[in-house]
Amino acid sequence: MEYNTSENNFEQCMKCTVCTVYCPMLAVNPDFPGPKQAGPDGERYRLKDPSFYDEALKYCLNCKRCEISCPSNVKIGDIIQKARLDYSAIKPGLREFALSHTDLIGTAASVIGPVVNDVLKLGAVQYAMDTMMGVDRRRTFPEYSRERFTLWFRRNARAAQEKYSRFVTYFHGCYANYNYPKLAQDFVKILNALGYGVHLMEKEKCCGVALISNGFRKDAIRGAKKNLKSIREAVAKSEPVLATSSTCTFTIRDEYPHLLGLDNSDIRGSVMMATRFIFNLIDSGKAVLVFRNDYRHRIAYHTPCHLEKLGWSIYSTSLLKMIPGVDFVMLDSQCCGIAGTFGFKKENYQYSQKIGEGLFRQISEAEPDMVATDCETCKWQIEMSTGFKVENPISILADALDVEATIEANAALGTEAADK
Amino acid sequence: MKGNNYDVIIIGGGITGAGTARDCAMRGLRTLLVERYDFTSGATGRNHGLLHSGARYAVTDRESATECIQENMILRKIAAHCVEETGGLFITLPEDDLSYQALFASACKAAGIDAEIIDPKEAISLEKSVNPSIIGAVRVPDGAVDPFRLTTANVVDARGFGAEVLTYTEVVGFIRDGERVVGVELRDNITKTRSRKYAGIVINAGGIWGHRIAAMAGATVNMFPAKGALLIFGHRVNNMVINRCRKPSDADILVPGDTISLIGTTSSRIPYDEIDYMSVTPEEVEILMREGRKLAPSLGTTRVLRAYAGVRPLVASDNDPSGRSISRGIVCLDHEKRDGIPGFITITGGKLMTYRLMAEQATDLACRKLGVRKSCETASTPLPGSEKKAKKKEAKRVFSMPGLGGKAAVGRHGGRNGRIDNSDRNGASLVCECEEVSVGEVKYALQELDTRNLINLRRRTRVGMGTCQGELCACRAAGLMANGCTAKALEDLAVFMNERWKGMQPVAWGETLSEAQFTSWIYEGVCGLSRFKEKKGGM
Repeated sequence: MEYNTSENNFEQCMKCTVCTVYCPMLAVNPDFPGPKQAGPDGERYRLKDPSFYDEALKYCLNCKRCEISCPSNVKIGDIIQKARLDYSAIKPGLREFALSHTDLIGTAASVIGPVVNDVLKLGAVQYAMDTMMGVDRRRTFPEYSRERFTLWFRRNARAAQEKYSRFVTYFHGCYANYNYPKLAQDFVKILNALGYGVHLMEKEKCCGVALISNGFRKDAIRGAKKNLKSIREAVAKSEPVLATSSTCTFTIRDEYPHLLGLDNSDIRGSVMMATRFIFNLIDSGKAVLVFRNDYRHRIAYHTPCHLEKLGWSIYSTSLLKMIPGVDFVMLDSQCCGIAGTFGFKKENYQYSQKIGEGLFRQISEAEPDMVATDCETCKWQIEMSTGFKVENPISILADALDVEATIEANAALGTEAADK
Repeated sequence: MKGNNYDVIIIGGGITGAGTARDCAMRGLRTLLVERYDFTSGATGRNHGLLHSGARYAVTDRESATECIQENMILRKIAAHCVEETGGLFITLPEDDLSYQALFASACKAAGIDAEIIDPKEAISLEKSVNPSIIGAVRVPDGAVDPFRLTTANVVDARGFGAEVLTYTEVVGFIRDGERVVGVELRDNITKTRSRKYAGIVINAGGIWGHRIAAMAGATVNMFPAKGALLIFGHRVNNMVINRCRKPSDADILVPGDTISLIGTTSSRIPYDEIDYMSVTPEEVEILMREGRKLAPSLGTTRVLRAYAGVRPLVASDNDPSGRSISRGIVCLDHEKRDGIPGFITITGGKLMTYRLMAEQATDLACRKLGVRKSCETASTPLPGSEKKAKKKEAKRVFSMPGLGGKAAVGRHGGRNGRIDNSDRNGASLVCECEEVSVGEVKYALQELDTRNLINLRRRTRVGMGTCQGELCACRAAGLMANGCTAKALEDLAVFMNERWKGMQPVAWGETLSEAQFTSWIYEGVCGLSRFKEKKGGM
């Protein structure tokens, strides 16, 4: 008699309850049933009758810390997010639309960038958004850039890439494109210094994380399919697809198949964080980074939830530690509370700030010159809540890099390799 | 002798006894119901929970089929909170004879069962889990019925009409006046004290154990112990009942029941002296898994929670070794006529589905003998919790509130759910997370539903019936019941956990084995529960 284990992931739960200990929301909000109850336990009831769906599942941050803690490999966060998409009766409104359609809003805003920034800072506008849309007035908005990264790239960098013989494809994401092109420029700077040309995707759409969490499944699938097509084209040319945002990377790798039902198994291994790619190059002796001697900073590193789930913070932190002048402080891995668009919503603001309290305190006590993290929304949350400046590790590496020396060293490495 | 005299004493706290107690009490009889352990601790608590349409018996046993469909329609009305109107399918697999379908459909029609031959494709779209290779399908008005709830509701109502109810009270002898039975000698199985109760009529509703009770009174009722084994799956695999369209055989019914699905049954003759020691053999598990996968292939990759077996209380009337060709018909014995024992009635045979009719027949006979002229009203009076308005109102109230716990309880208690106090955070907090049983619900069961130990509590609420099989809830419930970690609570806990393991052991592979191992670490390793030796009689 041969009997295998259950094919129903939720049935693999052993009820050990360790996930509830790691849930940041449950600790601050007793109205949230917690990952075990909302996930595998609730799933049995929803299978019996969808009316058992509990709207309190909207409090799930999708941080996936429950999944990391689970010894039985139950995809608790996925079960909850999927239930929200499948059963929630709450239809997304204007606020959800505006917060999640980043490409649309970003394109519009970047055309009139500075105006939007000023308008968003007006008390009256913040008050109106708060009362009419439910976007919390205490929240600081990321500024929109005057020139989108893609535009800058086309004007200033694209032609220069063709002199390289090796390429990577860059998934810049919405934030680097519309709000903070410097991050994307820093990425190009480092990759070029390492001897790699940078291609952009044929057509890049928002990864869709905000669409998924705000209930726009169809829009998310549409964008994801376009992204997968472009990623496949890049992978067909043997180019890895690198990103500087942990959430974009995580969404493309894991949420596409788990929540949107899109098979990405052929390209999943080629999509990764830029820091992982760079670290592996250095670790295997295929490249070197040479840093300036005058770079001196105390840097505290915060692990974004989705990078924790990917298990890849080690790459970012190892690179930062390679910079001779860096006084490195590792912060405890805990959720900052913002969870993408979640923390922008008025009713969630108090939970966001309460979840982040411990992290904010630790940062203040560490007194760093800046905080490093791989996620843009963590950056907004920490900057707003602590006043400390936050940078992506890629930007820190770029600032600390001795570009000329790095180019020389890698050229020498290339010759050496050729000699062998 | 005030307080010890009744019009009728009913022996047996299964569905038949509970239903008879309700009927007697409704007709104004001074009624006493005695049960040696807990309600539903016999065959009532060990069956499919199938609300038969009667289709299964249409070809082989017209009388039973007709009774079934009539009672089916009655239970939908009077026991709405115990019934799920799922509908059912009789499927023909490629290995089955499709010509049986026409015979089956016409036999259903003759019995008054609304059976409709449908396109197999339609059947697949109605019930996603069904074997996609089916070549035929008939749709019938099957459903699911929760025997625990049904029994509880009958007991609650009997009490409401003035009946007295004693659990853990066993009949150890009959009091005679000449040949006439005039009362019973009782033993309290907890305190071991004895007492005597008198009545004009004593009704034996002991199911398979009725054979022994009758013998005690000097009558011979030969019961035919046919064991049936079933498996419980971890979640609702199917939402309609799935049957095989062929002559009744092994493992050909898959029933969705509350949060789970049930496959069964096997059928094998067992010696009478084994009826108190049922266990499921590896061969039975093999048959159930093999045949079950033919009904719904996904059963093969679904977690199995536990296995259990019951004994069909059939009255032996021929020598069929399988026990299947025997009629499920009701047997109501007037021992005065049959054996010259006035004052004694046995109601047996039948099945869960026809309990109400059995109760009606037994009560009619008792009333005739007592000279009481009052007609039966159980077919039209809803059971407590199933009153249409109250149930709807309660569901509306609870489903508009956030959280899960209260919602699951509405299914269990219907309109009476309002008696559960979940108003504060403590009352609303969950004791059993898998089945969403709150502190308030446990307290309600303790106060109003004859709950003396954890096993009783499980039958009243579903505590410990879920995926974890008591791993998390048992200690919480034990603490709540005993008001702390007392020796009695620990002993109760040990009995309960051993009873849970007994059902898991035959299917201990995969996740169920891991879970059992984890549970044993907690209770033995952390709590040192193995210090408490299991006492016999974990009922």
